[in-house]
Amino acid sequence: MIRLEQLTKNFGDTTVLDRLDFSVDSGEIFAVVGPSGAGKSTLAQCATLLEPPTSGSVIVNGDNLSHLNAAQLRVARRKIGTIFQHDGLFSRRTAAQNVALPLEYLGVTPLESKRRVAELLDRVGLSGKARSYPHELSGGQRQRVGIARALALRPSVLISDEATSGLDPEATASVVSLIKELRDDLDLAIIFITHEMDTVRSIADSVARLDRGRIVESGSLVKLLHDPDSELGRSLQPRRAHAAATASAITWFVSYRSALVPADWVSQLGAALGSSVSLLGASIEVLHESTVGHATISVETSEDERVRLALDSLGLDARREDPVRLSVTS
Amino acid sequence: MRHSNNVPLPDIPALIFPALLDTLIMVGIVMAIVVIVGVPLGALVHNLAPQGQFPRPRLHTVLSWIVSVGRSLPFLILMAAIVPFTRFITGTNIGIPAAVVPMSIAGIAFFTRIVENSLRSVPPDLARVATASGASPLQVIRTAQLAEAVPSIIGGLTINTIAMIEYSAIAGSIGAGGIGYVAVTYGYQRFDNGVMLATIIVLVVLVACVQKLGDALVRLTTPYARRQHRVAQPA
Repeated sequence: MIRLEQLTKNFGDTTVLDRLDFSVDSGEIFAVVGPSGAGKSTLAQCATLLEPPTSGSVIVNGDNLSHLNAAQLRVARRKIGTIFQHDGLFSRRTAAQNVALPLEYLGVTPLESKRRVAELLDRVGLSGKARSYPHELSGGQRQRVGIARALALRPSVLISDEATSGLDPEATASVVSLIKELRDDLDLAIIFITHEMDTVRSIADSVARLDRGRIVESGSLVKLLHDPDSELGRSLQPRRAHAAATASAITWFVSYRSALVPADWVSQLGAALGSSVSLLGASIEVLHESTVGHATISVETSEDERVRLALDSLGLDARREDPVRLSVTS
Repeated sequence: MRHSNNVPLPDIPALIFPALLDTLIMVGIVMAIVVIVGVPLGALVHNLAPQGQFPRPRLHTVLSWIVSVGRSLPFLILMAAIVPFTRFITGTNIGIPAAVVPMSIAGIAFFTRIVENSLRSVPPDLARVATASGASPLQVIRTAQLAEAVPSIIGGLTINTIAMIEYSAIAGSIGAGGIGYVAVTYGYQRFDNGVMLATIIVLVVLVACVQKLGDALVRLTTPYARRQHRVAQPA
């Protein structure tokens, strides 16, 4: 596991990271999201110890890594694997030679290194590409070579700095599923820094939002999505355009508050109200075996309190839409 | 009268080829020194800069300034200015040994800038990747900087070698021997157009060969270009 305690980083008079506190357990994927300039990449640099923090600590498996000299730091870094944006592959080295880099730095014998590299490339599904140069690989393949390299020294923590940014959706999906597999197989604690909310929903166990160097909101992914008042939950699953209701109907925005919402809640609601319910738009999916999502509906009744109670008893949070906004149409 | 002083055509090769050999020896020795000193020096200057492995801005400025001074003097003036130093090192101020000293100094200053420039064109991300992978600063410089810059450094080495051939001709004019000496003494001072033409042809061919060899090495050390070449050949 990795724990950050009161981690602060100043560049001159500017505080880029302001007393960050969080911990990531083994087997957990912790996503950090936030607008650009929030301090995400500085966080990655400090957590990987590439940039010394101004104050505070980085603790990996109980060892405080923040006040080490250069040589001790080099040893400590072996516990942390890093995946970079733009893969960071060496252009004049083959995939296998790239994966071998950390072993080479450590001074592992060529024979042992060769065996370990073959094992790692096999692990990321690129056995056939060992002798390919980076320019001969696709973006997703290059990133997987980067992942194999990050795992070369058997770290217990993996830090991914925008690793899927700039990849096409298919490559992103393959990298995401690989990282989840590795988390399960190797029991890694993973810090996944990204600005892509879709990727967060598919990979994270918990999420934190970084803004101006502070963690302004954090929690488990499903809990955040089930919390109708969570700004982070909202931004993780943004609303999309929906159809317009008829003139006499009233539009409601409903969101899943728990996993216990019955699948047929629309018809149950219609039966309870004795009037028809129209589905104007919805984003509903299952994450970590819990249904999460929200929907925009319209009902042909103006008894707001009854509607609210009926939805509430189904486990849904309900908010009446401002009639003015009805003009948002398909 | 002047005509009878000219070297007969059949005798020109016997005059030119030993001189060519002298030039090759001179340039060869100089380039060996230039690479041995210039590569570490270029890497040092690059890594003393604020973004380098051991930033020392003040030392960087001083070193960079010294290199610039070495670069800014015209070779003929540099050569004349350091005669006492040359004599101190080699005990003489004529011949190949005396030419090697000023040529090396000019060459090192030139090549240091080339190496520094090549290292600057390597993505700085790679140094971060290497550090995160557990590399020591020297390992970072070797694998994430120099190794990645090899094609660019070889390209610069080619330019540098050609410049040194040119300098060797200038050094020849003050008695260092080699092809430049032949060109000056026979072609310029005795108006022997046959010898002059022969030295020009030899120099042009020599420079073309160096360029060709350099280009081939650059291609060979660039995986991307290597593949392009392989694909292009059958077509």
